Amino acid sequence: MKTTDSSPNYGVVPSGDTAAYPADVLATLRADAQLIIARYPKARSALLPMLHLVQSVDGYVSPRGIELCADLLDLTAVEVSGVATFYTQYKRHPNGTYTLGVCTNTLCAIMGGDEIWAAISEYLGVGHDETTADGMVTLERVECNAACDYAPVVMANWEFFDNQTPESTKTLADSLRSGAPVTPTRGPSKVCSFKQVSRVLAGFNDGLADEGVGAGPASLAGLKVAKAMESARPESVPELAQDGKATT
Amino acid sequence: MSTQLQPILTRFWDDPQSWTLATYERHDGYQALKKAVTMPPADLVQMTKDSGMRGRGGAGFPTGMKWGFLPPPDGGPRYLVVNADESEPGTCKDIPLMMAAPQFLIEGVAITSFAIGCNHAFIYLRGEVVHVYRRLLRAVEEAYAAGYLGKNILGSGFDLDVTVHAGAGAYICGEETALLDSLEGRRGQPRLKPPFPAVAGLYARPTVVNNVESIASVPLILLHGASWFAEMGTPKSTGFGIFSLSGHVANPGQYEAPLGITLRELLALAGGMRDPSKKLKFWTPGGSSTPMFTDAHLDVPLDFESVAAAGSMLGTRALQIFDETVSVVRAVSRWTDFYAHESCGKCTPCREGTFWLKQIMERLEHGHGTQDDIDKLLDICGSILGRSFCPLGDGATSCITSAVKYFREEFELGMKTPAAELFPPAASMLFAKETVSA
Repeated sequence: MKTTDSSPNYGVVPSGDTAAYPADVLATLRADAQLIIARYPKARSALLPMLHLVQSVDGYVSPRGIELCADLLDLTAVEVSGVATFYTQYKRHPNGTYTLGVCTNTLCAIMGGDEIWAAISEYLGVGHDETTADGMVTLERVECNAACDYAPVVMANWEFFDNQTPESTKTLADSLRSGAPVTPTRGPSKVCSFKQVSRVLAGFNDGLADEGVGAGPASLAGLKVAKAMESARPESVPELAQDGKATT
Repeated sequence: MSTQLQPILTRFWDDPQSWTLATYERHDGYQALKKAVTMPPADLVQMTKDSGMRGRGGAGFPTGMKWGFLPPPDGGPRYLVVNADESEPGTCKDIPLMMAAPQFLIEGVAITSFAIGCNHAFIYLRGEVVHVYRRLLRAVEEAYAAGYLGKNILGSGFDLDVTVHAGAGAYICGEETALLDSLEGRRGQPRLKPPFPAVAGLYARPTVVNNVESIASVPLILLHGASWFAEMGTPKSTGFGIFSLSGHVANPGQYEAPLGITLRELLALAGGMRDPSKKLKFWTPGGSSTPMFTDAHLDVPLDFESVAAAGSMLGTRALQIFDETVSVVRAVSRWTDFYAHESCGKCTPCREGTFWLKQIMERLEHGHGTQDDIDKLLDICGSILGRSFCPLGDGATSCITSAVKYFREEFELGMKTPAAELFPPAASMLFAKETVSA
């Protein structure tokens, strides 16, 4: 592998760690990368999971990680960084131990996401894609995360925290920073670190799949109504008045 | 006679450990695959055509017909790619389905792969839902261990490998050709069609790309019959679907029902509006890319034809409900930010157009609009619509043109008055009471 000394930074701002990987880390990375490549008929398909793998070691897409991917996939480093810079989950500078993402797409924003964003940004003293001085929390505005029935939604390292408020989000941030245990609303019993989660996203299961609920209350809302109606036949569905209100 | 809920895919989501193979097998899991591997593959394609099922990912193209477009086998590989990149604003059905009952999808993948002659299938999941990824990885492991995936499945001689692939954050990858480029390890940018993926898809080989809910429904169609499915819904929009209610509704959530149910009926089932004293103002039938509706559309049957006839699209049945406290200008402005952020940059009308739409919407939201901003918005929308490779740009115009059509006066107010003054945001929040004193 080429040395990274005085190499271009491939979009990393500010330019990243220029030290080469220690030999044992490099050996493990190469072995893991081979496992990823083996999942696909063509090696280049392994690039996205390999970039997650780089983040699991470096906490961001580092110049040396880009060069490793290029080396293993017979691409140029510029081809790799061209892919890495397209996707928002690939970080161009070292990420905090936890990414705290507040959904500020329209529905969550209106249901309170904007208020949460303003409160937590002020509370932590950081803006979008910025990290607290202790290196613990990187704050992000995130787009719709497919949990609109739980709005407003906050994600911590891509685990769901449903129906949040400014206060609950501050408490969550405090806990993440102090190391106090936190449990996602729908997810495993804890929030793993950014590096640990990146390894899962590279396709290495961490054995936590059986933790947590199958479905939250909103996911079951229709099923609950249907079951109540089935047990109370003959069915009667309440009619709605013209203004959209339920009449009883 | 009101349309009733019909929990089918959602039937056992409340089971403890609903996601495991054991739970799935207790609910007829893999009975359909056992049947499938004894059938001629062509019969499975015909069955899916006969069911009339139209794709559940938004566009509504008939699923069986898509399978039928594959050219005859030439000895080379053919691929099934499941689009699990659910990211359309408002859409939240596939993620809970894969979290609660991923085996529906895995069995559907096995049956579909057998039907189309695919030996390596892919599930492309968006990367921002790590617990769903764990559940899918685990579901695939369990299916391999039970002999439902792998070599010589159920003694049939059919081999299938399944790779679950995590994306890395890009809305555009929900577009099928962008998804394929992304799966090939590239920037997720749409391809010009034709050739369609059926002819030249993944690695330029014949490929079927289907939505999660479509594929998850396949085992049920095989188990109960194409006519069972076709008898539900409407004649041209057959079957059931998951309707996702969010926003200002008393009980937001997932409601599975035959296509053709109305929002009035769904709202009644969901307890009505969150605050009964506030009127429904506007809503999306199928995500932010589908033109919005108002309270005049409460009785439009939510099937492909009726929604189209009323000027919108059924899309993903993502019903985002906004009451009269909400500024439509603020809502549209935020969606416009989203499209500008997510435009992949490949096609000039979308890349540049969304950039300009965003500037104008921001002006209007802050009460600084100019006299000709509304006309300019509509003019730019006209320059984007239909002029890019993929429908992202079209989607960016839908919310604007429909909002101007129904609420033009609010856009006119945006020349003088900030949206936050006309519609104080605190009134719309879920936790409004908590923040009122602040």
